[in-house]
Amino acid sequence: MARIEFRNLGHAYGANPASAKDYALQPMNMVWEDGGAYALLGPSGCGKSTLLNIISGLLVPSHGEVLFDGKDMTSMPTRGRNIAQVFQFPVLYDTMSVYDNLAFPLRNRKMPEAEVHKRVHEIAEILGMSDVLKQRASGMAADAKQKISLGRGLVRKDVSAILFDEPLTVIDPHLKWQLRRQLKQIHQQLKLTLIYVTHDQVEALTFADEVVVMTDGKIVQKGEPDALFERPEHTFVGYFIGSPGMNFFPLKLDADGASIGAHKVALDAATLGMLKSANHTNNVLSIGIRPEFVDLAQPGASGALEAQIDSVQHLGTCQLITGTVAGHAVKAKIDTSIPVSTGSHWLRLARPETIFFCNDERIAR
Amino acid sequence: MNKPYNNKAWFFILPVFICVAFSAIVPLMTVINYSVQDIISPTQSVFVGLEWFRAMMRDPELHGALLRQIVFSLCVLLVQLPLGVGLALSMPSKGWQSSAALVVLSMPLLIPWNVVGTIWQIFGRADIGLGGHALSTLGIAYNYASNPLDAWMTVLLMDVWHWTPLVALLGFAGLRSIPDAYYQAAQIDGASRWAIFRYIQLPKMRGVLMIAVLLRFMDSFMIYTEPFVLTGGGPGNSTTFLSQYLTQKAVGQFDLGPAAAFSLIYFLIILLLSFVLYNWMQRTGSKPAGSDHE
Amino acid sequence: MNKASRLPRAVMLFLYVAFTLIPLYWMLNTSLKTNEETLSVFTLWPRNLTWANYITIFTDPSWYNGYINSSIYVVLNTVLSLLVALPAAYGFSRYRFLGDKHMFFWLLTNRMTPPAVFLLPFFQLYSTVGLMDTHIAVALSHMLFNVPLAVWILEGFMSGISREIDETAYIDGFSFPKFFIKIFLPLIKAGVGVTAFFCFMFSWVELLLARTLTSVNAKPISAIMTRTVSATGMDWGLLAAAGVLTLVPGMLVIWFVRNHIAKGFAMGRV
Repeated sequence: MARIEFRNLGHAYGANPASAKDYALQPMNMVWEDGGAYALLGPSGCGKSTLLNIISGLLVPSHGEVLFDGKDMTSMPTRGRNIAQVFQFPVLYDTMSVYDNLAFPLRNRKMPEAEVHKRVHEIAEILGMSDVLKQRASGMAADAKQKISLGRGLVRKDVSAILFDEPLTVIDPHLKWQLRRQLKQIHQQLKLTLIYVTHDQVEALTFADEVVVMTDGKIVQKGEPDALFERPEHTFVGYFIGSPGMNFFPLKLDADGASIGAHKVALDAATLGMLKSANHTNNVLSIGIRPEFVDLAQPGASGALEAQIDSVQHLGTCQLITGTVAGHAVKAKIDTSIPVSTGSHWLRLARPETIFFCNDERIAR
Repeated sequence: MNKPYNNKAWFFILPVFICVAFSAIVPLMTVINYSVQDIISPTQSVFVGLEWFRAMMRDPELHGALLRQIVFSLCVLLVQLPLGVGLALSMPSKGWQSSAALVVLSMPLLIPWNVVGTIWQIFGRADIGLGGHALSTLGIAYNYASNPLDAWMTVLLMDVWHWTPLVALLGFAGLRSIPDAYYQAAQIDGASRWAIFRYIQLPKMRGVLMIAVLLRFMDSFMIYTEPFVLTGGGPGNSTTFLSQYLTQKAVGQFDLGPAAAFSLIYFLIILLLSFVLYNWMQRTGSKPAGSDHE
Repeated sequence: MNKASRLPRAVMLFLYVAFTLIPLYWMLNTSLKTNEETLSVFTLWPRNLTWANYITIFTDPSWYNGYINSSIYVVLNTVLSLLVALPAAYGFSRYRFLGDKHMFFWLLTNRMTPPAVFLLPFFQLYSTVGLMDTHIAVALSHMLFNVPLAVWILEGFMSGISREIDETAYIDGFSFPKFFIKIFLPLIKAGVGVTAFFCFMFSWVELLLARTLTSVNAKPISAIMTRTVSATGMDWGLLAAAGVLTLVPGMLVIWFVRNHIAKGFAMGRV
């Protein structure tokens, strides 16, 4: 197992990167603790695959260092890193049996056959594949194949980390949760460092102890799932996590208080003070609140604004109402017991759960 | 993908069916017609039943040509397949080098077959050809016009020069379709170069290689122009293969009945062997059309 | 790929490229010499470089018409083959129907007959319909072996496109012809390029049928080249020059489709 550290690690595909845009991965520092289960979450093209390839050694970063247990591995080829990787689609040796697939990494490292036998059976037991060892790998279902891919990583005792690159992409939806659960069990059993890359927030939030959210080559937040939900450090985190994501409204401060567009928002003194100190020229302030926390209010109530509701959808557990506030879109999840119809309503936006952002970064209270 | 069953799809197939049937069925009927007749003159013919077929079985010239053809096709496959695969593995996958390699390698394929024969005809002569001259300078006795072995070697070499690029191009295509992830996984698993070839590349190339085998077998079994231009079938009949034998009979000797009978048998041999190959392709998972795709 | 394995592969590639190019160079060499030089002295490059052979070809109609004729029927054939094969490949790729597997194999069998078999029947056929010595006759006869190959290759590429795209197009209100031309064809562009290349190649190089079905008006260059024996013996220089020129169209085609070939091959099942 290994503690993986990034020191000023960044990557630009072209030479001489000048601005942030030239970087596929902006320079950063980070530590992945030994035995942790991490998720790397972000939309397509945000740089998470680049990051994964740097960890696995398939890509040498243009800036910075990667350390494994304190040793500089930045230019060490994949072979010497003792990592394993599971890809988006099952990568197997089609002509071999399940047993031979699992034994392959060990045989390449010249392990005696008796030990290979023992180890393969151990791992097959953990994966629940003991009874199919003799079968041809190519004939198995997609989820079994991914387990075999995983098994090839687990089978090596010296493996330092297992990297997953959107591994559930080809798995049937009803099998996804099963496989995820098995992964978690394996993590608890074997205490490996797992790094799981995905664009699916459900996968990330249910799998990982800590989630790293990325966008545009930058890591915007690293923390536990509930921290990401309740205290997003960046508007992107607010927008990306949650279904639907956070509502955002640009905020303007003037002499008598805060307003969204033409509407005034009543805020308490402490909040106003905090916002005033952040309100320098060229700074953009915004207010964010999750649909779960928006509720109906009496006209004119503190922290509430008038909204035009366009649609009300019944989602079984709640009602999703969609509309506009001061020209900006708004969504709210309202309890099913409260009757709501389209038309004009007042929605409370300023609540304890509301987050304020300056230039897309959270203003700490 | 699951394909729905719909007989209206025949409308899509109809143009092809008409074209090919028109070109194929009419001649086929003509051939079958001729094969059971003795055509004495354009207006006079006698029904002779299976006489020509029986005569063929007894014809030593035919046996000779058939044997030579089988040996030739076997040599062709044994040389061109490994060489083509080796080339495919050596070709660069990206950049201008890749385009350049493709262009150079494809050149022999684009030469009219009689020109191929001409090129080697010139090249192999000791007086005006680089190859022949070089060999005689080295003291090696070489004359493809008078020595049967030299003629065979030259014809084989010419075919290798001409057609190996087809195998290489198909193999190259097959290799390009292997996702990078397989090579990455092989690195992670610590696989050797040979293991990568044996367990990843070769299995994934199986589909295109089957196509290459089929095409090379069929085309080599029907070869006519290149050896005809190069050696004329000689010296003697040492390089007379099946197709030339047929043409001699049909055009040279104008013996249409036996020629037609032989054509049928010729076609049936190729059909049978190709059918066997084709079915084997289907069963071992390279899935040509007509079956479900993933 | 390991860096260690690059050297032997580069060597092998270099050797094979040399093997490919040397006979071609020799033909070029011979084409730039006079026959006297060719027959008298063995030289690795022309001592008296002459363009006379090429000039003959470009100025003598009986020669350059050969190239023009060949080009005409090859282009005709490629276009016709594609026109006919595209819908057929689509049918095979998208549907199952009565006799589909047999039909497909039957198409392939048309490539299994030596062209010699068709000489006489084709001769009679095209004489009867009055199409002897026309470009269209050669183009049509070549469709016999090009169309099956075209269907085979195109079907492979089409099957790589998922049916969802078809269905989405219908839902969006596209009529079938519009869908095929505006959406489907661009997706298999590379496949069409590869197919066109193969059709061009097999038609351009075919000699037997092209020679049999033509006499004067549509005689292909390959047939004309067989008439280079004169009273003074074989006209090697002229023959070589004609040979060199037959390479040009093919090289142009390959150059234009070079990007498609690598990418296209990779996309399809071929």
